[in-house]
Amino acid sequence: MSFINYSSREINCKIVYYGPGLCGKTTNLQHIYSKTNPDLKGKMISLATETERTLFFDFLPLNLGQIRGFKTRFHLYTVPGQVFYDASRKLILKGVDGVVFVADSQIERMEANLESLDNLHINLKDQGYDLKNIAYVVQLNKRDLPNSAPLDELTASLNPTSVPQFEACANTGQGVFETLKAVAKGVLSNLNKAGG
Amino acid sequence: MFDTQLVMLEDDYQKVSAVIERLVRDANAKGVFLVDKSGQLVAEAGNMVGIDTTSLASLTAGCIAATGGLAKIVGEEEFPIHFHQGQRDNLHITLIGSRMILVVVFGEQSSLGLVRLRVKKAGTELAKIFEEIKKKAEANAGSADSPFSEITDEDIDNLFSD
Repeated sequence: MSFINYSSREINCKIVYYGPGLCGKTTNLQHIYSKTNPDLKGKMISLATETERTLFFDFLPLNLGQIRGFKTRFHLYTVPGQVFYDASRKLILKGVDGVVFVADSQIERMEANLESLDNLHINLKDQGYDLKNIAYVVQLNKRDLPNSAPLDELTASLNPTSVPQFEACANTGQGVFETLKAVAKGVLSNLNKAGG
Repeated sequence: MFDTQLVMLEDDYQKVSAVIERLVRDANAKGVFLVDKSGQLVAEAGNMVGIDTTSLASLTAGCIAATGGLAKIVGEEEFPIHFHQGQRDNLHITLIGSRMILVVVFGEQSSLGLVRLRVKKAGTELAKIFEEIKKKAEANAGSADSPFSEITDEDIDNLFSD
């Protein structure tokens, strides 16, 4: 969970982008990286295969500015989406404060979305977490594609508890920062509830 | 394991820093880093100027997590000590308690034996300090005495205003 350092007056939080293979988790991070002021971001690390598929994780540290005199630092991670990397996915959820579920809106990826969402629940449970207790938002990515499923259908299947949801096109950046803002807000609100 | 957030007060931080600064000297190390298993850098000592400590922390945590997963596959609980040998510099990584990772970077001016010896002592001291921090956190759980108990939506919106 979050790490609050009173000595350096910093809050560190961990956000994980989860979702099926090729849904755009890495693209989300790449967009955030490309549009963020260099002073506010660290180096983006991608542990990927030669074909640029995420092998272990992508990592992007981000400073969002000060809140109540504390610097807020967010560490954004993605998981490898491909089904057979499940052991790695589980590990990346360690110490998570917020989760973004990135869904692929294409109608033929519906099953992959559902499988990944189910996998998220199982892996969180294995680590002793429950989605109800951590900041959680859903991003419906690839809304620009002609074969994307209707919004209400996706919402009904992937967001039954009506958590904050965003339509996105990570390639162009549409909806990317809105998603990040919502999950960061959720994480900070939870700090508030935790009472330090 | 991560059921409570880690809150480090000034005096805890000073205690931790004192231990790892001494470890740098005793082990003749280039740098010592203390990392949370979730990938956050908790403290650092030594003179490795310009090194990307944020990435170091997240990759260390990833490495520990991956080998921890391997340990379970072969029927071990964890592999508590890791050693990576390089051409010039080496990494010695140890688990401290259930939550912390101690990373020592050392070169030719030191040796694996010396590092292991010094890490053992420092590790015990650090484990004790973090046990106290944990107890303190549990005792204070639920108290509203936090700078974040009054965060407003406006505060959060301001972070994203530019």
